[in-house]
Amino acid sequence: MKNSLPILAVLAAIVAIWYAAVAPMNIRGALDVAERSGAEVVPPASVDRFEQPIWRLMIDNPGHVAQGYSLDRPRLPTPVQVGRELWKSTGEMALKGRAMSKRSLIYHGWITLQATLWGFALGTGLGMAGAIAIVYSRVVNMSLMPWAIISQTVPIVALAPMIIVLSSQVGIEGRTVPKAIISAYLCYFPVLVGMVKGLRSPGAAQLDLLRTYSASGLHVFLKLRLPASMPYLFTSLKIGIAAALVGTIVGELPTGAISGLGARILIGDQFGTPLAIWAALFAAAILAGGLVTFLDFAQRVTLRRMGMQA
Amino acid sequence: MNWFLFALAFWIAAWAVNAVLANSRWRNSAVVRVAIPALFGVTLIVLWEGIVRGFGVSPVILPAPSDVAQTFANSTDILWQDFRQTVLKGALSGFVIGVLAAFFTAILIDRSVFLTQGLLPIGNFVAALPIVGIAPILVSWFGFDWQSKAAVVVVMVFFPILVNTVQGLRETDAMQRDLMRTYAATYFDTLVKLRLPAALPFVFNGLKIATTLALIGAIVAEYFGSPTRGMGFRISTGVGSLSIDLVWAEIAVAAMAGTAFYGLVAWIERRATFWHPSHRQT
Amino acid sequence: MQQMAKSSVPDRSPRSSVISASNLDLTFQTNDGPVHALSGIDIDIGKGEFVSFIGPSGCGKTTFLRCIAALETPTGGQLTVNGMTPDAARRARAYGYVFQAAGLYPWRSIEKNIALPLEIMGYSKSDQDARIARVLDLVELSNFSKKYPWQLSGGMQQRASIARALAFDADILLMDEPFGALDEIVRDHLNEQLLELWARTEKTIGFVTHSIPEAVYLSTKIVVMSPRPGRITDIIESPLPAKRPLDIRDTPEFLQVAHRVREGLRAGHAYDD
Repeated sequence: MKNSLPILAVLAAIVAIWYAAVAPMNIRGALDVAERSGAEVVPPASVDRFEQPIWRLMIDNPGHVAQGYSLDRPRLPTPVQVGRELWKSTGEMALKGRAMSKRSLIYHGWITLQATLWGFALGTGLGMAGAIAIVYSRVVNMSLMPWAIISQTVPIVALAPMIIVLSSQVGIEGRTVPKAIISAYLCYFPVLVGMVKGLRSPGAAQLDLLRTYSASGLHVFLKLRLPASMPYLFTSLKIGIAAALVGTIVGELPTGAISGLGARILIGDQFGTPLAIWAALFAAAILAGGLVTFLDFAQRVTLRRMGMQA
Repeated sequence: MNWFLFALAFWIAAWAVNAVLANSRWRNSAVVRVAIPALFGVTLIVLWEGIVRGFGVSPVILPAPSDVAQTFANSTDILWQDFRQTVLKGALSGFVIGVLAAFFTAILIDRSVFLTQGLLPIGNFVAALPIVGIAPILVSWFGFDWQSKAAVVVVMVFFPILVNTVQGLRETDAMQRDLMRTYAATYFDTLVKLRLPAALPFVFNGLKIATTLALIGAIVAEYFGSPTRGMGFRISTGVGSLSIDLVWAEIAVAAMAGTAFYGLVAWIERRATFWHPSHRQT
Repeated sequence: MQQMAKSSVPDRSPRSSVISASNLDLTFQTNDGPVHALSGIDIDIGKGEFVSFIGPSGCGKTTFLRCIAALETPTGGQLTVNGMTPDAARRARAYGYVFQAAGLYPWRSIEKNIALPLEIMGYSKSDQDARIARVLDLVELSNFSKKYPWQLSGGMQQRASIARALAFDADILLMDEPFGALDEIVRDHLNEQLLELWARTEKTIGFVTHSIPEAVYLSTKIVVMSPRPGRITDIIESPLPAKRPLDIRDTPEFLQVAHRVREGLRAGHAYDD
């Protein structure tokens, strides 16, 4: 429990700084709203206010600063505003039985989650298969490994629009497949690298012991290399799922997306409703946190049953 | 069809050559270590060309590498302009600012165990989030030009560098810190002479991750608004206007830029951390 | 055969005493309850002495050395170094410390490693160069000054670590099982070199070891300790002459001292627990 005190203290500090930052960030918007409702604003014309620095505006109009905490389209919403928007598009809708409506973040989160899980499965599968090939074949090791590294330096986001167009040209409906491909691309490399490290982790002494038993290659793999790679695998799975989620959202951002959390961000931007963007971002963060926590739990349970962790 | 058959034959031949090289007695030489993946890469391109030409794939779906090369050669001025906007102004400046900010924040937090214990888990958590999503917000704050792209890069790059630097600074073992105590060394002495050099492998780990993130951040941010230049801008509009050749040429530039950037950092890493077991010849 | 004086009353003549402990106590609070690492330690170490501390694991010998170095804080009793508190002595840079592992910085060459304490303590560049050259010569590593630690063997790294501790002006040298990780042949050679170094530099040396022959060979005074609680079982003033070739280890006088050490160890330590 005493471990959480520093974290809570830092979180509290972040929230406090956030609250304090809302006032200067929103002062221009607040003064615009005040001007439109006929209240007195210094200086009265919005064009003149453009030139003034923020601190000047705040000092000259102390009465209107508070307005910045309840704008409809704030530059920086307060935590409460974000929370309220989040609740409106998730819990409130669920309570009304409309959890899966097109405006609900639960629906969009589910869309994103689907593509993420497909991409994660694909990426993990490819990563593990690649790792086994690299560890067992020198040709594959020398030809593939450098390209695996280079593939990560290529910004997949540049390829994303291309992949989406290509898949629709080839006749694949919807965006789940291209999103899953982009996810898999981002997630296979951490899994590959982690798995290679893990499969190669047993020392010479352990490998020699199995040779004295005349163990077959399959035995060595199943009884030594694979179990030894579990801790490494789980670490990279956690990195991989976070990367897969980023990949899905990146796949949802190019124009034309209508469903998924990335699409909500895009639509929020196009319609100029920043609160929708913030709510979708937080929903994505919660989704990411949930996925990584789940994997962490799985890691603990698996390693404990294997006796690798207390 | 002949194209495709030729490509297949090339693939098999190249694989055979690689297999021989990988098992030859020169397999550890630098020449062979570069030749094998290079041959593999060339094979991929030949296969691509063979499939596109052999099956008559429409250039709107997938152009042949030779066509892309042609477009590349013809559009170097546009490509250079976009490169300057996205990579130099957006990604690079954001990278430098983000790295410096994260580095100095890490050193500041290092002074306080309380802060380190509080910020490290939060930093780890944030580093796993899809931070690209804040691109539209930052564009609305900083405007359409390269500054908002740099801002996105700063945020994306900040947390991995922070987390890696803080972990690196914690790496020194008790014996090394005791030795410094016996010299009655100041905090500053210990930081500069012991902990920072020892942290370098971790810092470079973070830097390599940051290079890939920087490019991603700059390009994605351009999807959300950009003056009429920039790689992200060209790609998203190019797809819409079906100038697929140009899009692939931009992708090639992005690939080369990303690889070069990563390679540069990796090269500096090898020179700065020559002493680390993972780089030594032992 | 010489009579060996068993010192039951510590010699507290102030002019010679460099390190002085009186009824020293150190109890650690651990998760499994309090650990009585040091209990009632009374000892005086005079200037120029070579004192070995020997005993089984947990007897407090390393803990005592660390107390002298102000790396641990006693919970009772008195301890002075050069007439000051250990921490004041530490801040005055009164001693050099050699750990069990060489602990050289892999990013610095051997000569830069030796320069480390000199840089921190503010010696001038020319002074640094002179000192580095001198101590490298002392440990016979002059040809390796530009090499990196991982290019050297374990024994050479440990010699470099000793050189580092000798580079600055400190009258006291504290060594915690410095040769423990090395093989016996290298160890013998380094023991010889250490005695020569001691003769040349005339420092006061506190030396922790597991090895009975090493303790008897090197020291003018041997402190036998036992665990639970950590205490001194015997203090032996060595009758052996100052100049000691390696074959002194086969002489009856040597074996007598070693026998006494062994008896002291057995007395304080039951192997059943």
